[in-house]
Amino acid sequence: MRRIAPARGAACALAMGLAATGCGGGPGSGAYGGAVFSASWTDPQNPLEPANTNEVQGGKVLDMVFRGLKRYNAKTGRAENMVAESIETRDSRNFTIRLKPGWTFSNGEEVTARSFVDAWNYGASLRNNQKNAYFFGYIDGFDKIHPSSGRQSADTLSGLRVIDARTFTVRLNQTFSSFPATLGYNAFVPLPRAFFTDHAAWLKRPVGNGPYTIGSYTRGAQMSLKKWDGYPGPDRARNGGVMLVVYTDYNTAYTDLMSGNLDLVDDVPAAQLKNVRTDLEDRYINTPAGIIQTLAFPYYDKAWNRPGAEKVRTGLSMAIDRRQITDKIFRQTRTPATDWTSPVLGTAGGYRAGLCGSACDYDPARAKRLIEEGGGLPGGRFTISYNADSGSHKEWVDAVCNSINNALGDSKACVGNPVGTFADFRNRIGQHKMNGPFRAGWQMDYPLIQNFLQPLYYTDASSNDGKWSNGTFDRLVDRANAQTDPPKAVATFQKAEEVVRDNMAAIPLWYQNGSAGYSQRLSDVALNPFSVPVYNEIKVS
Amino acid sequence: MGRYVLRRLLQMVPVFIGSTLLIFLMVNVMGDPVAGLCGERQCDPATAAQLRREFGLDRPLWQQYLTYMGNVFTGDFGTAFNGQPVTELMATAFPVTIRLTVVAILFEIVVGITLGVLTGLRRGRPVDTAVLLLTLVVISVPTFVSGLVLQLLLGVQWGWIRPSVSPAAGFGELLVPGLVLASVSLAYVTRLTRTSIAENKRSDYVRTAVAKGLPRHRVITRHLLRNSLIPVVTFIGFDIGALMGGAIVTERIFNIHGVGYQLYQGILRQNTQTVVGFVTVLVLVFLVANLLVDLLYAVLDPRIRYA
Repeated sequence: MRRIAPARGAACALAMGLAATGCGGGPGSGAYGGAVFSASWTDPQNPLEPANTNEVQGGKVLDMVFRGLKRYNAKTGRAENMVAESIETRDSRNFTIRLKPGWTFSNGEEVTARSFVDAWNYGASLRNNQKNAYFFGYIDGFDKIHPSSGRQSADTLSGLRVIDARTFTVRLNQTFSSFPATLGYNAFVPLPRAFFTDHAAWLKRPVGNGPYTIGSYTRGAQMSLKKWDGYPGPDRARNGGVMLVVYTDYNTAYTDLMSGNLDLVDDVPAAQLKNVRTDLEDRYINTPAGIIQTLAFPYYDKAWNRPGAEKVRTGLSMAIDRRQITDKIFRQTRTPATDWTSPVLGTAGGYRAGLCGSACDYDPARAKRLIEEGGGLPGGRFTISYNADSGSHKEWVDAVCNSINNALGDSKACVGNPVGTFADFRNRIGQHKMNGPFRAGWQMDYPLIQNFLQPLYYTDASSNDGKWSNGTFDRLVDRANAQTDPPKAVATFQKAEEVVRDNMAAIPLWYQNGSAGYSQRLSDVALNPFSVPVYNEIKVS
Repeated sequence: MGRYVLRRLLQMVPVFIGSTLLIFLMVNVMGDPVAGLCGERQCDPATAAQLRREFGLDRPLWQQYLTYMGNVFTGDFGTAFNGQPVTELMATAFPVTIRLTVVAILFEIVVGITLGVLTGLRRGRPVDTAVLLLTLVVISVPTFVSGLVLQLLLGVQWGWIRPSVSPAAGFGELLVPGLVLASVSLAYVTRLTRTSIAENKRSDYVRTAVAKGLPRHRVITRHLLRNSLIPVVTFIGFDIGALMGGAIVTERIFNIHGVGYQLYQGILRQNTQTVVGFVTVLVLVFLVANLLVDLLYAVLDPRIRYA
């Protein structure tokens, strides 16, 4: 059985190079609404379970194969009802969720309230090792099904109750007004019975309720997704299918795009940015994504947490010439940050350009003065740690250090400190071994201002790597979460963000864009706020 | 001969244990692999502890090693973090890399030795100088440069080949990557053969063969070449192991999902099971290739006897 799959892949790849029609086809290939196109991919790090997929590559597939209660509008980032008909609450704590009729999985099974409740219970349960389990942490009973130590004492979340086939209720363990808006995240999608009854087979070929079905999947090599003709949702695929091809190096993917062997590269490698305009003309897109890069500080280290250190941190922020670095190194695929969120939120969602104020403006003279006022750099010099295995972190860290060194007139004040692998980098962060600022990147899980603040700066939050802690900030976040009126909640979150600014808890560097290039066969290519291509909208000529 | 082979095979046991232990320790020095699994955030402690238990990472290192070796002898190389058994990864990766290596070695043998004989026989002539210069250029250009240049020229500019190799990776597709992979070794093989031939050309047995009135091609193939091949065979034998493990750069450029790709990803994701498993197999390949080379000596030079 194993021998068959690669052979089919071969025929497919050959066809792809020539005409790219009907790849991974089977019975009924002719019924497609359009041709198949190929797109770059990287091997997902985890098995393709929705609550276990915490990176973009697996997320791409889930985004094509699943539809959840809500879906984020690709343009505005707003959460809109998809499978949900209504999500109602009076107290921001008890929610009644009603499903639209007519939704089914591609194997014919109906999408019911139970499909959701079972999936969420599976995702939250400690014994299933799901890396996104903490997303269910707001639901009542999470501490029983997923205790921080010891054995779990429950198999289901007590806060979930099925009322009838199309209705279920959710009780949270705290008030959380933006809870419905988080439900567009992949971890919250429904799962068919087959997921539980024949797990191994499901993992080989996941079955969902989205606009595509998986035709064939050769792990580590490629996946062919076919348009699901019976898809009951409103956003049917406008092409016949997608062939995801795994690339080790995106430079090769780019070369393949140039030679016409690939239709879509969803991340243009840094080395190609200088010639991408001439290579692709208008077939290159560069749009804001919900990613912000910052420099975090180790607050467990006394040297960075003493009174007056906030002046040093603010001074460092002012010593960085963001504009020059984003222009020269990133060629405008990043934008200098002026707050701690992302432009994709929109002003209504909480993004406020310029919230950082003068603290994010390049002003070497004031920077030097501030750092001196704050007692100078700890030990006179410091390092910026980063992982050297991915991205082009070395280039920008060196540039940031140069900028700081020039401002301070000391060529040795700041040096980069590369760490070999991402895992080792995370390890050192987890063990509190950082002794100076370190690279921190944040890709939003859902487009809410809450997601840019609480996980990063709330006391002991999951991504608060520097262990920053501030009572005023925590109280403001709690208050914002409890507010039922969205604009008021956003305003309170912004107040909390001002606390982050006044203490310069982390130095905002730049907002990251998503970039993609595509072949002449494609049109209507766009990236959503998560920098994932909106595959189902792409037309193939 | 049989006893010699047996002795050599027995010698492999300590080498095998020692090298796997070293690799195991080295991968472990890189730290806790679970930390890299949760993206830019701390894994929640309960899940992290559960994962460590599942992969046996909570036990002392010597125990981990013993369990691992015990499993290896029953054919179980463990599970990668994406839930795939390592044996499954090997089953997809090794055939591809073996094909690539075969292509590369064939290039070395056919092109390398031919050029070597040609230049060795015509020492000091224009052909010799030209080939010498060419090999100098090839040796001094790093693989990733020659790989990228060939990929751009043949793949994008002229459109003769696909710039990337499809997952099936048939022999035809691997010709250019194989040539790139072989290029540096090919140059060395040429030079080694050339020197060896040039040296032996003046030896007594060649003069005798010529004096006997043997035809020229017979003198060259039966007498001159056979004796000159010993250093070349040694080099190629070593190269088999080196090519299989060292194809990371070439495999990356041409998007070949072979051993190099799996090793690279295994190291990036700190996946002990993948890295140790693949390197263990590579160590075995290296040992066996060396044994074969030693046995080939006896075939090439009857004066060499093993007891």
